[in-house]
Amino acid sequence: MSDVLLAAPSRRSLSLHDAKVRGIIYQVLLAVSLLALAVGIAVQTASNMRARGIPLSFGFWNEAAGFDINQTLIPYDTLSTYGQAFWVGVVNTLYVSLLGIVLATVLGFVVGIARLSPNWIVSKVAASYVEIIRNIPLLLQLLFWYNAVLKTLPAPRASIELPGGIYLNNRGLIIPEIQLYAGAGTVGLAFLAATIFCVAFWSYARRAQNRTGKQLPVLWVGLAALIGLPLIVFLLVGSPVSFVTPDLKGFNYRGGHQLYPEFAALLIGLSVYTASFIAEIVRSGIQAVPKGQTEAAHALGLAPGKTLRLVIVPQALRIIIPPLTSQYLNLTKNSSLAVFIGYPDLVQIFAGTVLNQTGAAVQVMAITLSVYLAISLVTSMAMNAFNQRFAIVER
Amino acid sequence: MSDQSLHPPLVNNSLLPPMAPPCGIRPSPVTWIRKNLFSTPFSGVLTICFTVLAAWLLHQFVSFAVLDAVWAGGQEECRANPDGACWPFIVEKFDYLRYGAYPVSERWRVDLTLAIGAVLIVWLLWRRAPRRNVAALLFFVAYPVVAFVLLRGVASLDLPVIDTVLWGGLLITLLMSIVGIVFSLPLGVLLALGRRSELPFVKAVCVTFIEVVRGVPFITVLFMANFMMPLFVPDYLTPDRLLRPLIAIALFSSAYMAEVVRAGLQAIPKGQYEAAKALGVSYFTMMRLIILPQALTIVIPGIVSTFIGLFKDTTLVAIVGIADFLRAVETARVDPNWAGPTISSTGYLFAGLVYWIFCFGMSRYSQSMERALARGHKS
Repeated sequence: MSDVLLAAPSRRSLSLHDAKVRGIIYQVLLAVSLLALAVGIAVQTASNMRARGIPLSFGFWNEAAGFDINQTLIPYDTLSTYGQAFWVGVVNTLYVSLLGIVLATVLGFVVGIARLSPNWIVSKVAASYVEIIRNIPLLLQLLFWYNAVLKTLPAPRASIELPGGIYLNNRGLIIPEIQLYAGAGTVGLAFLAATIFCVAFWSYARRAQNRTGKQLPVLWVGLAALIGLPLIVFLLVGSPVSFVTPDLKGFNYRGGHQLYPEFAALLIGLSVYTASFIAEIVRSGIQAVPKGQTEAAHALGLAPGKTLRLVIVPQALRIIIPPLTSQYLNLTKNSSLAVFIGYPDLVQIFAGTVLNQTGAAVQVMAITLSVYLAISLVTSMAMNAFNQRFAIVER
Repeated sequence: MSDQSLHPPLVNNSLLPPMAPPCGIRPSPVTWIRKNLFSTPFSGVLTICFTVLAAWLLHQFVSFAVLDAVWAGGQEECRANPDGACWPFIVEKFDYLRYGAYPVSERWRVDLTLAIGAVLIVWLLWRRAPRRNVAALLFFVAYPVVAFVLLRGVASLDLPVIDTVLWGGLLITLLMSIVGIVFSLPLGVLLALGRRSELPFVKAVCVTFIEVVRGVPFITVLFMANFMMPLFVPDYLTPDRLLRPLIAIALFSSAYMAEVVRAGLQAIPKGQYEAAKALGVSYFTMMRLIILPQALTIVIPGIVSTFIGLFKDTTLVAIVGIADFLRAVETARVDPNWAGPTISSTGYLFAGLVYWIFCFGMSRYSQSMERALARGHKS
């Protein structure tokens, strides 16, 4: 009897009653069916593409694109290749996303903190903002900003004139162009030097406070250095900057920088929409810090401002940052809605125009998806690194 | 020992009369205003600024939508009025916005389908309704078949087949969201179970699918479904133009649903799993009878939020040429017969109201559910 019991575990049973065996069988079945599906799709796709004369290679990458893009941050013209068009799209997507992230964060934090205000009307206005904005589809908001607000502005000839040579019309916002002359570089260098000085002074002040307990006026010294030094240099080299004011020629303005309505609508829509989600994250993050923390800080004699800065915010940030990052990713992904209002982002240029012109659907979609995946992968890696750095260290 | 009557008893043997409520617990309006609106000078300034802002916005909205709006009449009245909304435009386009080009004589089928769906959803979501498992079975299994038969039609049942090109408007929006939830929830549960599985290959497949889908924008998934699905299959199997975005939306939201369900699975105490295993219950029975009922209940708010996201995302199907509600508004708005100064704004206002009512209602439900669940856990 005891012999049997002892022997049983050492025997390798290969029956279906063994969970391990069943597990292996399930996995083999899944692997085989996935492989069959993949091979089937690959074979079918290759034959379909050949039958329809769709290119199977990435050869189109170096062919001339032949279409123009009105908003580019990197050199591009009609003679450029599809590859260059791709990079224009990537840069434009990143550009609008980064600006949107900055604006949405600022607006979101303001609204989120306003929702917690002891002032009844401030918190109600902030709450209405959140409840209205986040319950309306982003696309509807984009179309509204573009078609009902920016496109109904007057034509260039009847532009709204704002002070400082700025014009607003249905082709966008036209601002004076900044032209730099010799010596402007020196001002830049002065600014760089001031920045380095600030960092050095901040770390010195920190060490001094740790050693002696005395606080140095970091903020005021920093501001003085950052504004004062470049200003003095600027005046010394004789104001090496001039503004070219735009002027009306024919039906449009020449000279000056143009902020296109497509870009503006996308930027406003993305920031306003995402800010409503960020506001909720900020509110719940701050509320999640136990009240005892505030009370303890007050009991220790910290002023309200310092309590917020040194006790509440660092703890709230630990809760806020992860969902905030996913909102940043959402904003980046949502920037693909640009295709509806014609802002040349990655999807509009590459998955739209290039795909239609070359017909290379599989290759184009694979590249587009990889770009977005790479962005979210890099962001989540940075996120994890941040979490590890700031995780609560249990002692 | 001692005479007890010398001391008053330490225990009351009769009830004390109720005390008068403490005074000042309900502040007077003046106290309330001073405390909540003018507690500091800065707060007072904010109150004035925000009151002016709120009043101005409200006034703008009310005067555009109600006071200055055109309520009766036709195109001429709307063209003559540049200040207010043009409601006759919405009235005329109302049927188009609801059904698209679905044949007028067959529109009762749409109404019936949506009514059945509404009844089942209420049954499913109302917490005190009896036999909610029957509702779930009907909604997730029987309803898709009934909806397909009714909407598309089967010639042998005396229901003429309506080509999907004619479908449009709110019908498409609701269809997309209902198909999304009906298919993405079961798929999401499977993916979540796969992600928590101990089998490494199953886990890897599920994690890859979930993370890839969540990493890309919905538009690119729609593009893929539209341009690449026809390449993946032989010609005679090419999915219908409406089916392709439906597949895309189901797969896309299943990845998000999986993450919601996973959160629920993680929230179930380990003891539940261990107790089930100790009783010798098999994996699937354990999931079906013990883990999933608890996990799915606590994530209902999360499911509803995902559904709100899905509902808002259905607007994007316009990019592959499907005339959903927002697309219908866009088409109606540029109708040259109705060209007027406020047609666009009226269209967007109406669309915004419709979407807002749906989304806000759902988010309210999810919040009340959250509160009810929190109560349940505390008691």
